[in-house]
Parts: sequence; C-alpha cells; structure tokens
Amino acid sequence: MSPAELLELYRQMLLIRRFEEKCAEMYALAKIGGFCHLYIGEEAVAVGAIAALRPDDYVLSAYRDHGHCLAKGSDPKRVMAELFGKQTGLCKGKGGSMHLYDIERRFMGGYAIVGGHIALAAGVAFGLTYQQQDQVVLCFFGEGAVPTGVFHEAMNIAALWKLPVLFLCENNRYGMGTPVERASAIYDIAQTAHAYNMGHSTIDGMDVLAVRDAVGRIVTEMRLTPRPYFLEARTYRFMGHSMSDPAHGHYRTKAEIDEHKKRDPILLFGQQLISRGVAGADQLKAIDAAMQTVVQEAVDFADQSPPTAPDELLTDVLAP
Amino acid sequence: MPELLYREALNQALREEMRRDPRIFLMGEEVGFYNGAFKVSKGLLDEFGVRRVIDTPITEAGFTGVGIGAALVGLRPIIEMMTFNFAILALDQIVNNAVKIRYMSGGQLAVPIVIRGPGGPSRQLGAQHSQSLESLFCHIAGLSVVAPATPRDAKGLLKSAIRQNNPIIFIEGQELYSTKGDVPDGDYTIPIGRAEIKREGTDVTVIAWSKMLLLALRAAEQLARDGISAEVIDLRTLKPVDYDTLLGSVRKTGRAVIVEEGWEFCGLGAQIATDLYRRAFDAFDAPVERVTGYDVPMPYARHLEQQALPTAERVIEAVKKTLYR
Amino acid sequence: MAIRVVMPKLSDTMTEGVVIQWHKHEGDRVESGDTLAEIETDKAVMDLEAFGSGTLRKILVPDQSTVPAGQLIAVIAAPDEDITPLLAEAGKAPQPTAQPTTPPSATPTPKPRGPTAQPPSDLATKPPAVEVKASPLARRMAEEAGLDLAMITPTGPGGRVVKEDVEQALAARKAAPAAAVPAYEARPMSQIRKTIARKMIQSKAPVPHFYVTNEIDMERALTMKAELADRQAPIKVTITDMIVRALAITLTRFSQFNASFQDDAIRYHQSIHIGVAGLIVPVIRDCQRKGLIQIAEEARLLFERAKTRRLQPDEYTGATFSLSNLGMEDVEHFSAIITPPEAAVLAIGKIAQRPVVVDGRVAVRRRMMTTISCDHRVVDGLQAAKFLQALKHELEEPTGLLLP
Repeated sequence: MSPAELLELYRQMLLIRRFEEKCAEMYALAKIGGFCHLYIGEEAVAVGAIAALRPDDYVLSAYRDHGHCLAKGSDPKRVMAELFGKQTGLCKGKGGSMHLYDIERRFMGGYAIVGGHIALAAGVAFGLTYQQQDQVVLCFFGEGAVPTGVFHEAMNIAALWKLPVLFLCENNRYGMGTPVERASAIYDIAQTAHAYNMGHSTIDGMDVLAVRDAVGRIVTEMRLTPRPYFLEARTYRFMGHSMSDPAHGHYRTKAEIDEHKKRDPILLFGQQLISRGVAGADQLKAIDAAMQTVVQEAVDFADQSPPTAPDELLTDVLAP
Repeated sequence: MPELLYREALNQALREEMRRDPRIFLMGEEVGFYNGAFKVSKGLLDEFGVRRVIDTPITEAGFTGVGIGAALVGLRPIIEMMTFNFAILALDQIVNNAVKIRYMSGGQLAVPIVIRGPGGPSRQLGAQHSQSLESLFCHIAGLSVVAPATPRDAKGLLKSAIRQNNPIIFIEGQELYSTKGDVPDGDYTIPIGRAEIKREGTDVTVIAWSKMLLLALRAAEQLARDGISAEVIDLRTLKPVDYDTLLGSVRKTGRAVIVEEGWEFCGLGAQIATDLYRRAFDAFDAPVERVTGYDVPMPYARHLEQQALPTAERVIEAVKKTLYR
Repeated sequence: MAIRVVMPKLSDTMTEGVVIQWHKHEGDRVESGDTLAEIETDKAVMDLEAFGSGTLRKILVPDQSTVPAGQLIAVIAAPDEDITPLLAEAGKAPQPTAQPTTPPSATPTPKPRGPTAQPPSDLATKPPAVEVKASPLARRMAEEAGLDLAMITPTGPGGRVVKEDVEQALAARKAAPAAAVPAYEARPMSQIRKTIARKMIQSKAPVPHFYVTNEIDMERALTMKAELADRQAPIKVTITDMIVRALAITLTRFSQFNASFQDDAIRYHQSIHIGVAGLIVPVIRDCQRKGLIQIAEEARLLFERAKTRRLQPDEYTGATFSLSNLGMEDVEHFSAIITPPEAAVLAIGKIAQRPVVVDGRVAVRRRMMTTISCDHRVVDGLQAAKFLQALKHELEEPTGLLLP
C-alpha cells in the first residue's frame, strides 16, 4: 500500500473517532435524540473492510452504523444533519442514527432489529447474481446477532445459493451488557459457519491492516467464485452500548476497558505509521486537527440546516 | 370469455407478467419442482427455469428478507407464502423492512415486492393452519392488502400488484382456488384500491371480501325472497379502502353490514364502520352490524368450526337487525 | 345501604313506563313489600313494591311522569345516609343540604287517580324533557322535512325514530289536507297504544297474511251453554270459553297452527297458550290440559283483572295462538292481524239468526262467521280450511268440549 493509502485509512479512522465524540457532545446538548450507539474503539473494522471494496460494492449495517456510513464515503455534514433531524440529512431526518442510508455510495442502510438485515444482505447479493453483476455485498453485524434465527436462515440460503456476501461479524464481546459466553453456545463465533459449509476465519479487529488484507483476499476470491464467507473481527467498544448507558458498570469493569484501550486501533495504527516511517507525529496531529475541523463543519452545517419540512411527514411512504 | 379456475387465473397472471418483465421472479416453498403447494405456479418452472422460479428452504423470514434485498437492487420479486399462516414468521421482514425502507431512507429506495399466497380458514385444518390474518397486515402503515374473490379479479389484481412499486400483501382465498369464473382473455388489469358492487340493491349495503363475498351473495339471494334488497360490495382491495364506492352505497341504503371471516376485535370491519360513521353519519338509519369469526382459535371439529365462522344465516340476521325486523 | 328504586322493565317490549301516582312520600318509612307507587307499563297498571326497608329519601319524578325502564325514580335509605352519589348518578343536582326533611315545594301533591279525573291540559303536558332518540338518517330527514322528531311515533329499538317512521309521518302529512288550522290534535299515546302500534307494524308488513272464512252453526253450542248455566251455577261458561276449548282440541290435532316462524325455522310449541284479544290480551295457558270449566273459571278471573289492568306480565305474554271476538259489538265478520311470532289468529263475528237450508227446507239457525288469519310462511290455505272444518265440527257437535 502506498503511504497515501495508509494515511487515508488513518484519516478515516480519526474522522469516525472525532465524529462519534462530537455526537456524544451533541447528544448531551439534545441536538441528537433517540438511541445513539457510538462506534468508538471499533473504527479499524469499518475502515479496513470498506477500504478493500470497490465503490460500487454494497454495504449493509446494523444500528451502530455511523462508522460504516462514513467509511463508505458519505458526507459527514449530511450524516450529522441526519442525526440532527434536518432536511439536509442523508434521509431528510426520517431515518435517524440507526437508519442511515446513502444509496449513491451503495450504503444500503442501518437496521435496528438485531439479525433482521442479514437476510436483506443475502437478498442484495441474490439480486446482483440474478443480474449477472460482479459486485459483492458486505454485511456488518455484531456477535449478538449470531444466535438469531434469521441469521441462520440467511447463512443457509447464502451458502446454498452461493451468494457473494461477506458476513462480517464485529465481535465486540458484548450484546448490550451480555458477554458472548453468556449468549452463544459457541465462544469461537466463526465456527458457526461450519454448519453451513462456509469459509470462515477470525482476525484482529483492532488492526486496520489485518482487516483490510483479510477482506481484500476474501472479496477478490468471491468475485471470481461467488460464494459467501464468514469473517469474525475481534474488536471492542470503548463506550457504553448507547448514549444512555455508562461505559462500564455491573457487566464489565473500568479496568477491562482500560486494558483494551491500550490496543486502541487508532493508537496502534499511528504508532505503526510512525515506526514504518510513513508519517511523523506532527503529520498525524495535523490530520487530527483537520478531522476536528471537518466534524465541526458538519455540526455547523447541521445546525444551520432547516428542520425537515412538516409536509415531509407524509411523503416517501409509497413509491409512485 | 373463457371460464377458468381461480388458481388458473392466478397462474395466467404470473406467467404473463413474467414474460413481460425479466426482473420478475417467483420465490417460495415448493413453487418450482412441486409446481406449487396449491398449483398456482404450475408449469412456471418449465417455462422460466430455476433462475426465475426458485424453491426455497422452509425459511419464511429468510427468503422474504432475500426478496426485499433483491428489490433494493432493482428486481421485482413475487414471494409466495405457502399459506399466510407462515407469513407470521416473516412479519419482521415485512413490517420492519419491506414497508419502512423507503421511508427510513428518505425516499432513496423502493421495495416493489408482492407477498402472496392463500389465506383464510379452510376445512378442519385446525388452529394454526386456519385463520384470517388480513386485518393484521392492514394495520401496518405503508402496506397495501388485496384479497380478490373471483378468478377475474384475481388475475387483474395480481397483475396490478406486480406492476406497482411498493410492498403489497396479496391474499388468495385458500378455499377459492377451485372456484370457477369468467376471465377475460389476455392482458388486463384491475386497479388496486377499487371495490366493486357485485350485486345491486337498495335496502342495505353488505360489505365483504374474499370467500365472504360468496357468503354475502348467498345471503342476499335469500333476503331477496323476503323482499329485502341487499347491495353486496366486494372490497377486493382491503387497504387502501375504496370509500367512494362504500359511501355511495351507504348513502343510498342507509344501512351497512360488514362480513369478515377473521376475528372481531380490531378487525378491518371495525375500521370501515368507524370511517363510514365519520364520513356519512347522517346517512345511517341503524348502527353498522358486523358479522365476524368468533374470537377463538379455530377448532378442529367440523361442527365447532362451522360455529366459529360467519354463516349466511348470521348475515341475514344482521341485515334484518339493521332493518329493524 | 341505599336502595335504588327504578322503573322496572317488566316485559321484553317495555321501554318506558308511567308513574301514575306515588303512594309514599319523601320521608315516609317503608318496609320491604310496601307499595311505593302505581305504575303503568305498556300492558298494565301495577303496584311498584319496595325491595328493601328504610326511609323514602328522595322521589325523583312526579306523578304522571313517563320514564325509561331502568331509570332511577326514587331512593330508599337510612335517614342519615349520604345519598348524593346516587342522586348525582341519576343526573339530578345533588342537594348539599339533603336531609330526611324535604323542602315542602318538592313534596308531591297527591292527585286523584284515573285519566278522567285529570284536567284536559294535563294531556298535552309533555313528560319531563327526554331527548328524542332517532337514527342519524331519521334526524336528517326530519330536519329537512321540517318535522318535529318528538311528534313522530318511534318503532325502532329503545324508542328510536328510524327512517320508516319519518316516512310514515311524511306520508301522513301529505295525506292530510293543507289548512291553516291544524286538522288534528296530537295527543300523546298511552303506553298500551304505543305497544300495539309497534307490534302491529311488525306484523303486517313482514308477515305474509292470508285469510280463510267459514260459518259455524251454533245452535247446539248455545243449547249446551244454557244447560251448563243451569247446572254450574257459580261458573258461567261463555261462548268464548267454548271456542277456546274447541280451539285447544283443534290445535292439538293441527299443531302447525300452534307455531312460530322465527329465524328461518318454524317452532312448533309444545303447549297451547291462547290469547283472548281485547286491548290487553290475557293468555290462558296450557289449554291442552284444561277442561271447559277450568278454562271458563280462569278466563273470568283474567278478564276481571284485565279490566282493572291488574294483570301480571306472565298473564298477558307468551300466547301461541290468539282469538279475537267482536261478536258482542255487532260485527258480522272481520279479519285480524297476527301478533308475531304467532302463526295465526282467529276472528269471531256475532252469532246471528240466518236462513239456511236444512234437509232441503229453509230454516232459521243461529250461526257465527269465523275468519282465520294465517302466516303463509308457516301454513297453507288448504290446511287453514281443514283447520276451520275441524273447529266447526267441535262447535257444531259440542259434546266433545265436555270430555276431559
């Protein structure tokens, strides 16, 4: 990878980090409402995986979707405006934090019924195959979705019909407050794919390059020989499940979080860039400053945008 | 006009539409090699092949989700529920995905999908396989619901359903598949959202759909012998309701009886009654009467089953009640 | 514990009743079973008895008020009990100072009973304003036609004015000649008249009537009546009693006339209850089990009570066949309207001397015309003819009437 490509990964991770931090701030100011699930700590998965795709490949996500949407190239201004419920938002303020869509960038949505969108991802892949196109589908979900029924139905159908969909499980260890070992009979989540005779592997989700490399290999192979793949990325969220709950409590300790923060994907990748001589600390700081500016501009844009017009309430229910 | 079975009329609609538009495919359990559990898809595999007539594993949530996903990238899926009893398994896909994606995306996407299959109680199939669920679907914002009663309407409405661009629930009468009726040759459509007066009358408006239309017509025949002239309206599209036709009739007769096979509470008839009152309060000479299935799971025993469902006698009784007789 | 006194619903058809006169006054001590008031239902005048003991704390409606069945009309309670919640419920303003002693103005003035004793203006006085119940359509039609809903006779359930009632009223208005002076005097109908109006309209339109008439020679019956009068001094057997007995025998054989058309089925009744029409129709029950004398005795008691309107509800409801005799009013013959759900009614004309051919010679005989009105859904003309033949036989050979 070229230095520019490496720095681009760093830039995207920082964009997401600063964006999410700003979301927390805006949530506290009640500029953002409802449920708001932050991606802080998991940036390497979205950025690494999406970097390995072509722009015309499709991505679907669950409810913690800000990072995926930004990584797919959506304009931070329009994402923030969506969170603010403004006319200029990606979905004119009708989707909200959990339902971002940017069809131009093939970001096919954030979905908030755990497991529900996995069948949709298989369907998008089915549609592409039906139309003999060579794009692939990348479907993000948490390990909490793995025990759901629809996950298994979709896995079976995708494997049976050889659909080009990459099931990317972001295993951040907790479905809300329930650790994986209390929710899944199989601790080693990727093993689930055995049941469907599906290729699978587990990677370090805190290492953006590891993610990018793995997804790159899988997707290249998938384009040649369409069939699904199950990839488990081990990651960790530094914040609470949503803005409404603390980062730690009964279900996990502050010490545990601190331990994981030592492997902060941005920290790790920054050190790597410096040690490889790709960039100096000043340069990384400058990127950070630039991203803070981008995020502030997004907030300003969202703030200044008009609220969604009242008559939008009744539009977009049915297509003409 | 040739006389066709209801199932044959549906088969024609599917065949003609699939010939017309290569983006249309049929997906569901046993639709292909088995030729359809109720033979609606008979012969389609032979003509269109496994690419477009797709047998699925028994996974209603899974294949409904797949259909919706395919619609997001420009296809026009027809998803067959072997019976609508199983659609409950796909309710999350229908309710949370199919009908909401357009809105949640601020109009960026459309989901042109037909979810069709047989519905309504059928003889002695017991509680899980014998029920009317149309009111459940009618409740969902953004979902259209169609339930044709005659072969002609079945073909024309299925074609319209396939050609429109939104999720639509198309409930075929499980007990109507073998009924016969005249079906025009070739391509024709019947618009979604239009009821039809199936029998004209002056004394009372009887509103029904699907199999209950046949019951209502039988009751009207008997009422005529008592000198009561019942106007029978086939709703055909359950949502959106064709209030123009209903109101026109009710303003003429001053009375309405709504017959539905499903459970009473929160049934579609309750909604229609409310809307009629709201829009034509001073047209009514008597309260709207409803004839519905009883609020119990369907029993297996034939005589209990018969009691659980509306009968022509109950319709007649309700009509007479509105006439103060 | 306060006791609610309500206008009782004493029959299926009763929707309202009239408090004719209170027998107790506010503040009176009442015991369970005491007569509180006289009330007129759609069938009879009856005593309203107290269901419990206490003080009659409040009378909510004055004498001569028409009140819907079920409405609270008085309260019995302990002298110091708080009855304001009950009164509030009745929609009356509770009197915060309500004490056992009532302000004198609220004390009802006893009035002489009976309609003749009342000043005529009372007839026109409307009962306390009750909102007229009408279907929305009837309301609109009446408004458009400028009709007063209150002046329209309701036939709908619960006294609801329905479309047909407005149409009737419109037809009546059309029929009436246009004149500056009203060509009629609108008088409120009695409860009984209202019931009859409602019942009869329910009959003639939906029940397909047909009529069969024949003539019965009553010579022997009259002779037997006279002989019985000599023997059974205390009980006078009337021609009506004999017809009732003859009907009971005939109906036992022709059970299809002791039937009702209801809900698409014909109900054949096990018992024969014969209603004998006047304004009120007392019912002689289980005629199939009663001899002539017993019928005569029961009939006499029932007619006496009917005259003073003291019949209990079960004494004027539930007939399975009716008899209407206008013979004493010099009527040759007539046809009656069936009272649903009965299947037939027999109309009796006067017994008159008529010339008839007997054994090839003209003779004068006392004869009587009978007409049976039948529900054609239940029976046919030939059956009706056979029925009348059988009845004729019982009356012309009346010895059978005496058999047990």
